[in-house]
Amino acid sequence: MAAAEALGAARYFTRWYKADVKGRPCEDFCVLQHSNRICVITLAEAHPLLQPGKTITSINYQISPNCSRLQNKVSGKSKRGAQFLTELAPLCRIASSDGEEYTIYSFIRGRLIEVNENILSNPALLQEKPSTEGYIAVVLPKFEESKSVTQGLLTPEEYKEVLLKRQNSSSGS
Amino acid sequence: MKDLKQFLEGNQEEEDRACFDVADPPCKRFRHGHTEEGADDLNQNGVLSQIPLANDGNADVENSDVENSAVEVCNVCLGILQEFCEIDFVKKMCEKVNSSDFQFTSFVFSVSLPPQLSVREHAAWLLVKQEMGKLDLSLAKDDIVQLKEAYKWIIHPQLSEELGVPTDGKSLFEVSVVFAHPETDEECRFLATVCPDCFKPAKNKQSVFTRMAVIKALEKIKEEDFLKHFPCPPSSPKNLCVALEIQCNNGAVFVAGRYNKYSRNLPQTPWIIDGERKLESSVEELISEHLMAEFKADSFNFSSSGREDVDVRTLGNGRPFAIELVNPHRIHFTAEEMKGFQQTINNSSDKIQVRDLQLVTREAIGRMKEGEEEKTKTYSALIWTDKTIQKEHIAFLDDIKELKLDQKTPLRVLHRRPLALRCRIIHTMKSQYIDEHHFRLHLKTQAGTYIKEFVHGDFGRTKPNIGSLLNRTTDILELDVESVDIDWPPALEN
Repeated sequence: MAAAEALGAARYFTRWYKADVKGRPCEDFCVLQHSNRICVITLAEAHPLLQPGKTITSINYQISPNCSRLQNKVSGKSKRGAQFLTELAPLCRIASSDGEEYTIYSFIRGRLIEVNENILSNPALLQEKPSTEGYIAVVLPKFEESKSVTQGLLTPEEYKEVLLKRQNSSSGS
Repeated sequence: MKDLKQFLEGNQEEEDRACFDVADPPCKRFRHGHTEEGADDLNQNGVLSQIPLANDGNADVENSDVENSAVEVCNVCLGILQEFCEIDFVKKMCEKVNSSDFQFTSFVFSVSLPPQLSVREHAAWLLVKQEMGKLDLSLAKDDIVQLKEAYKWIIHPQLSEELGVPTDGKSLFEVSVVFAHPETDEECRFLATVCPDCFKPAKNKQSVFTRMAVIKALEKIKEEDFLKHFPCPPSSPKNLCVALEIQCNNGAVFVAGRYNKYSRNLPQTPWIIDGERKLESSVEELISEHLMAEFKADSFNFSSSGREDVDVRTLGNGRPFAIELVNPHRIHFTAEEMKGFQQTINNSSDKIQVRDLQLVTREAIGRMKEGEEEKTKTYSALIWTDKTIQKEHIAFLDDIKELKLDQKTPLRVLHRRPLALRCRIIHTMKSQYIDEHHFRLHLKTQAGTYIKEFVHGDFGRTKPNIGSLLNRTTDILELDVESVDIDWPPALEN
C-alpha cells in the first residue's frame, strides 16, 4: 500500500478490507469510507485482476436480466430511486482474457449512488489506479448504519496479517 | 336603535351615506347604536327594540359577570368597540410597548379579531340591508365600515398620543393585539356544512376556521342559507372578548460588509454534532455577536456571497456578507457608530476581520446572492505531486485559458447534496514552482467551482484535473481565496 494512496483524493477516507470473498482465494476488496459515511468500493491490490499479465476483456454492469447497475438513477439529497444493495449484491462481472470471470460485490449495505463508467471505456484504469480513478462504485449507507456497515470488515492492520499468513503458507508449502 | 331609526329616516333622500369614505373615525353614535341591538322582537316600524339581557339581576360573583352586568356586551362587536376603545386599554397597550424597550419613531397597529366577528358583522349587515330595503334603499356590504377599520380609526389617535409618535402604514415597528372570544368559537361551524370547499384542513393550523376561510365562505353563502343557520340579530354573549396578546416587534434591519478569514480552523457556522461543539466559534458568531448586543435583536440570519471550507483562508478584499438582525430593539446608529462596531469586532479576534460595515436595505441582499452565482473568484493553491516535477512540467498551465471542467458532486459533500454534473470554467492559471514535489497555483474561476476537486481529481470524477493534466497523483495542501470579484457592498473609507 503505497504512501501516495494516503494523499490526494483518498486522504479523508478510512480503509476496510474483505479477503477471499466467497472462499475464492485472493479475491480481496477495499472499501474506502469517508467521514461523511460515503463508501467507495475498490479492488484490493492482491486481487487476481490486478496481477501482472491479466488482461480485462469485459466489464459488465448487467448483473441479471432485469438489473443493470448502469440504469441506477438517483435524485435529490436523499438519493431517491437508488438501487438498494445488500452485502452480497453483485455490482459487476469482469472477464479476463484467460477465461476467468470475477464478480465484484458491494459489501456495504446501502443505496447505490453511482458505478464507475470510466472503467467501461478504459478498463486499464481499473488495473492502473484501482484505489482511486479505477473505483467500482459509490454507496451511501443509511445514517443509522454508518458505523455498523464496516463491522464485518478488516482494518488495514488485520488485513496485513492476512497477507502475511498467505505469504507464509505459500512459501511454507 | 333609536339612533339608527333617526339615521334611516333623516337620510332617505341620499342613497349613499358617506360614512364609508370618511377618513376620520365614525361618530360615537354608531357605537351606541350597536349596543342597543340585541333584540329578537321587531316593533311595527321595523326598528329593533331592546330586551333585557339574560344575566341581568344575576347574583354570580364571577369576575367577567360582575364586569358585564354593568356593561351589556354588544352582540355585533363583542366588546371591541366598547371596552377596548377605552383609554384604560390604550394605556395597557402602551405599558406593554414601553416595557418592551424598543426604539421607534412611528408605529403601525395591527389587530386580529376572532373569525366569528365576521359572521356577526355579516348578520348585522343583512339585518340593516333588510330594513333599508323596506325604505327602498340599497346597502351593499362595501357600504359598511368594517369593524376592524372602525376600531383602528378609534385607536390610532389615542395610541399615537400616548406613545408620542405618529402612525405610519410603512413603519417597521408594529404593535399588534390578538383578540379571542372563546364563548362563541363554535359559531363558525355552520359555514363548513354550507360551504365545505372553503374549509380545507391545513396540516399546521390548529383550527380550520381561519379568518380568511370564514370570510371566503361568507362571500359565497347565499342570504337564505345564512339566515337559516345563524340567528339574525345575533345572540347576546355573556362575556367580552379577551385581549390574548399585546405584542410589539420591529422589522428586521440588515448590516452588510466584507470579511477576511485568517484561520484554517474556523467553520462558517457553528459546528455542533450531537450537542457537542466540534470546533470553537465560527465566522458568523464572531461577526454577529457584537451586533446582536448593540442592536438588541432576538436573533440573526447570516448569509454571504458563497463560503469557504473550515481550512481555507479568505484574503484580499474579503467576502461580502449580510446579517439580518431580527426584531432589533435599537435601530438608530450613525455611520460613526457603525465604524465603531467594526473596530470592536476587529479587536475581538484575529481569526476574522471585517470592513465596509454598513446598514443596508433588504433589497440590497439580492445583489450579494447574485455574486454567488455569477461573479468570478480567484484562489491560490499549494499543490503536492507524487512524482517529481521540474519548472517545465508546469509551465504550460499558464497558457491554458477558459478550461472547461466537468465536476460531479464531490464525494465529500455527496451525503447531503444531490448527485449532479456541473460544468465550470477555469479562466486563467498562473503557476509558481517551489520544489520537485510542490508548486503554487493561482487560478481565476467561475463561481461554484470546486477547487480542491480540480486539484486532486476526486477519484476521476472531476475531469480534467491537475493530476490528469500533469499525469501525476496530486493533492492540495493549502487553499486561499484571494478575491471575491463582486463590488458590493459599497466600499467605505475605512
